[in-house]
Amino acid sequence: MTANYPILSLLIFIPILGGGLMALISRRQETLIKWIALVVSSFTLLLSVPLFKNFDKGSAQLQFVERSVWIESWNVQYYVGIDGISVLMVLLSALTAILCVLISWNTIKDKVKEFFIAIVLVEGSMIGVFCSMDIFLFYIFWEAMLIPMYLIVGIWGGNNRIYAAIKFFIYTLVGSVLMLIAIIILYVHGNTFDLTSLLTLHLPYKLQLLLFWLFFAAFAVKVPMFPLHTWLPDAHTEAPTAGSVILAAILIKMGAYGFLRFSLPLFPQAAIALTPTMLTLSVIAIVYGGLICMVQSDFKRLIAYSSVSHMGFVTLGIFSLNINGIEGGLLQMINHGIVTGALFLCIGIVYDRTHTRQIADYGGLASVMPIFSALFIVFTLASIGLPGTNGFIGEFLILLGGFARSPIAAIIASSGIIIGAIYMLWLYQRVFFTAINEKIRGLKDVTPLEIVILLPLLVLVLWIGVYPETFISMLNTSVTALIDRVHGNALNESLTWRQ
Amino acid sequence: MQQESFLYIPLMPLVAFAINILLGRRLFKDHAHWIAIAAVAGSFVLSLLTLKGVLNGHVFNFDLYTWLSSGDLRVSVGFMIDQLTAVMLIVVTTISLLVHIYSIGYMHGDNGYYRFFAYLSLFTFSMLMLVMSNNFLQLYFGWEAVGLCSYFLIGFWYEKRSAAVAAKKAFIVNRFGDFGFGLGVILVFLTFGSLHYDTVFRGLTSIVGQTVNILGIQANLSTVIALLLFCGAAGKSAQIPLHVWLPDAMEGPTPVSALIHAATMVTAGVFMVARTNPLFNASPTAMTVVAIVGGLTALFAATIALVQNDIKRVIAYSTVSQLGYMFIACGVGAYAAGIFHLYTHAFFKALLFLGAGSVMHAMQGELNVQKMGGLKRHMPITFWTMLLASLSISGIPGLSGFFSKDEILWRAFSCHNPAGVIVWMLATAAALMTAFYSFRVVFLTFYGDFRGDPEVGKHLHESPYTMTLPLIVLGVGAVAAGYVGIPHVLGGHDRFAVFMSSVVGEPSGEGEAAKEWAVMIFSVIVSLAGIGGAYFMYIKHPELPKKFAERFSTAHRVLLNKYYVDEIYELLIIRSFYWISDNILNRLTDRTLIEGIVNGVPSLVNWLGGRLRLLQTGVLLHYTMIMATGLMIIAFYVLLSIWNTL
Repeated sequence: MTANYPILSLLIFIPILGGGLMALISRRQETLIKWIALVVSSFTLLLSVPLFKNFDKGSAQLQFVERSVWIESWNVQYYVGIDGISVLMVLLSALTAILCVLISWNTIKDKVKEFFIAIVLVEGSMIGVFCSMDIFLFYIFWEAMLIPMYLIVGIWGGNNRIYAAIKFFIYTLVGSVLMLIAIIILYVHGNTFDLTSLLTLHLPYKLQLLLFWLFFAAFAVKVPMFPLHTWLPDAHTEAPTAGSVILAAILIKMGAYGFLRFSLPLFPQAAIALTPTMLTLSVIAIVYGGLICMVQSDFKRLIAYSSVSHMGFVTLGIFSLNINGIEGGLLQMINHGIVTGALFLCIGIVYDRTHTRQIADYGGLASVMPIFSALFIVFTLASIGLPGTNGFIGEFLILLGGFARSPIAAIIASSGIIIGAIYMLWLYQRVFFTAINEKIRGLKDVTPLEIVILLPLLVLVLWIGVYPETFISMLNTSVTALIDRVHGNALNESLTWRQ
Repeated sequence: MQQESFLYIPLMPLVAFAINILLGRRLFKDHAHWIAIAAVAGSFVLSLLTLKGVLNGHVFNFDLYTWLSSGDLRVSVGFMIDQLTAVMLIVVTTISLLVHIYSIGYMHGDNGYYRFFAYLSLFTFSMLMLVMSNNFLQLYFGWEAVGLCSYFLIGFWYEKRSAAVAAKKAFIVNRFGDFGFGLGVILVFLTFGSLHYDTVFRGLTSIVGQTVNILGIQANLSTVIALLLFCGAAGKSAQIPLHVWLPDAMEGPTPVSALIHAATMVTAGVFMVARTNPLFNASPTAMTVVAIVGGLTALFAATIALVQNDIKRVIAYSTVSQLGYMFIACGVGAYAAGIFHLYTHAFFKALLFLGAGSVMHAMQGELNVQKMGGLKRHMPITFWTMLLASLSISGIPGLSGFFSKDEILWRAFSCHNPAGVIVWMLATAAALMTAFYSFRVVFLTFYGDFRGDPEVGKHLHESPYTMTLPLIVLGVGAVAAGYVGIPHVLGGHDRFAVFMSSVVGEPSGEGEAAKEWAVMIFSVIVSLAGIGGAYFMYIKHPELPKKFAERFSTAHRVLLNKYYVDEIYELLIIRSFYWISDNILNRLTDRTLIEGIVNGVPSLVNWLGGRLRLLQTGVLLHYTMIMATGLMIIAFYVLLSIWNTL
């Protein structure tokens, strides 16, 4: 499917050029800058509507492709396109960005101009990451996103922001450098950065293993997979609300996306051989992350650690290497973005009123902010995978796929569902139930703007929970093609455990 | 009825929920009950029509829309309308309607009035989706959704810490059961390639004798599936060892205890086992486990109920015990008897709870039976209806509880499974205790002199008609509901079992009428003995209970503390896991080991850099010396290699 205008380029460059425009405006014109950021992100979101509608579900081919030579001597192209694996992430990125602009509207008071420029630059580059079909271009966007993100954490973050930002930066950079080496090796072998051409290469098994591990370094840090996760609680906790939302909703998905886009199709034999290792790491992340959530005393840090556990489900699904698992993993990437994004927005909403993140400072919030607590419980329930919410659909498919690949992995992972209920409901009890803590008496309930921010996420939670077909059907063809490529035959792979 | 009209049965309460939760706080306030009651009354009428249709042989199984499809998986939202569903529909909508009406009076003036009715509607919707489902995944949806409503309603007065904790506990303990249930559903799909009941049951013959390797143990596939599903049932229906949440759930408002924690939600486990009976029938091992767990729970919970002083907790343990009876029935293959008991139990147990609520209403919230007494004079309707319910649960002939309990005892006694006689003994012992504790409550509450606060004693009064009317209706049910299943030996036709047989089949055992008479007479004697015992101890010799408690103080303390199960779980599971998470995982692994490495690498580089920097002094002499040393080493190396070649 191609549109008659370069839709993906518009999605990528409207925010980036918007950022350039904002840079030209005097820093005193704060309202104007905010409005430009809002217009830019709204326009991007509007543009994603035709993307959603015109996306051809039946095709496994790349769609909305744009291709032109960029650096001729190195054979680098500007090559963008999307398929079922990336389409939902592009849509989610566009939605997340506008919510981040709105939530920061009144809360960012310092260096307003720079902040909103950083947000739109992040938006453009993250959409770029999900659209690039040329590895060189992908790497540019991948690294480009890091800089504004680093600044968002480091400048507008909490008390310990510098430490968190540097840790985040170095962690990611080490991974990225290893990936760069792998990209160069690939270039040497294929003399191209074009992903579609690289897929025709038949790499020897040993080389596949080496390249898999090099890419793994970059992706596993981003996901983050155990034991490379310790940047996440610091960065997520210290970041300003918008930063936490982008980190949780989009940035960490780039790792999981990388596995699906590059690691599995480029190095299928290595992926199959390393499945036990990857499943083990996933299961450890699920249980370990969940248990650590239980003992957190910081509201935001608890939600941050829960990402480790939830992303463990995503990687478990991906490395199940069957249709249910990968579709569940992809859907769970979206779900986690929606739900954890919403939870961070919620935390931002109360933090803005109380300026404390200690759970012990709360209690009885349900009596003080009834509408807020009703919204929060829906996201809590989605987070613990209650049927009827999006979380259930994703987790169920992942466990189904996981069981078919490795019963023991799925059984241990299932305990993550119990642990999830324990830490989330305990959190809810301590914050919202029991007698009103004097420190929070008299807080104002959510404002109309805050409801507007949370409402689309609420709708998506229920929509995906009740009628996931809309979204799963967009994934189906591409996932089947991917599994075909990895195994040579998709159909035989769905019911392996019984043989 | 048309297929589409079944949709309205769950849809009406859902709409009522949506309206009340969105608009109730501002718009309806004290009138929130109207829309909720209208919705559930509509569902009730449609359920009656459904039953009529099913009685005329109109059975449906159809899909509404595809809920989830991925790879080979394709699950719909759909309805199965058959005999079992029809019975459940009647139970759910009847009790729900009566509890709605009762709540008008009971919840009057509460701040969260609209919220209460919204949750009741949501619960009714979820329960109806559960019983009407035609596949495992929708069953699971309803299953979790009723659990959620239970969470909301137990924690309805969330300012109270105990209520908030009990709500969380109920949800989490159920999650332990659902851990097995979820895996069971997954295994069902991977085995049969479908989650729809009819496809799964048709495929059963293909897996006979198959084994699977789970965690290195070679196990019979059908046994594994059935036991995993039973994990879920044990959680929801509060069977050992997952029974701990139900007594605590009494923190919720009493109408909730009657509806959710007595008549409907907690029986979902029994319903599920009956619904999936072909899977259980395929595994004698699983059946035996079900029967024995049921038997043990029946007795275990009954012993605890003997000494509790909180009126609602006695009834709660009684519920756990009665649910055990239903599982005994399922375990010996007499599913119809289990569902029959589910149906009669719904009436008399809901009545007991609502009666207790009426007593609490008069006693200004007091729950301790030791502080009651002599209420008979002040609240005659409550007294008479509760007396009927107690007679019914004790199994006095002619009342509904007698027919269903007797059926279970007989089926257990006569079944081919050798465990049958053992569970029959357990169940009979539990029956003795049931009669005793039920009448202990009646005597302590309604007879003798008032022992509570005199100030409270002055204001004792009968409850308003919105509360007594449901009591009377349920009282009629507690007497008459059993007449649909009069056994053959009493000259009846056992209509209920015949009606259900097309879904759940016929029980395995057969026996002579003389034996059946013997079992029946024996159980009646046991019931009378229990009531007589209670009369002797609480009316004739009121000083006796105290003496007993002193004489057998250890046993009494163990029972009073519910065998310390909560304390054991606290110590073994909650505390130890928290300790491990905090010390081993959080502090040691995460903070010390991983963070140590992460922060250690930059420090190491820093340190190395610091050392290397010392070499660059800027003094020419030092550089010359280093250069000279280097040259000498090279020269030495060259000379050495030349020497070697010579």
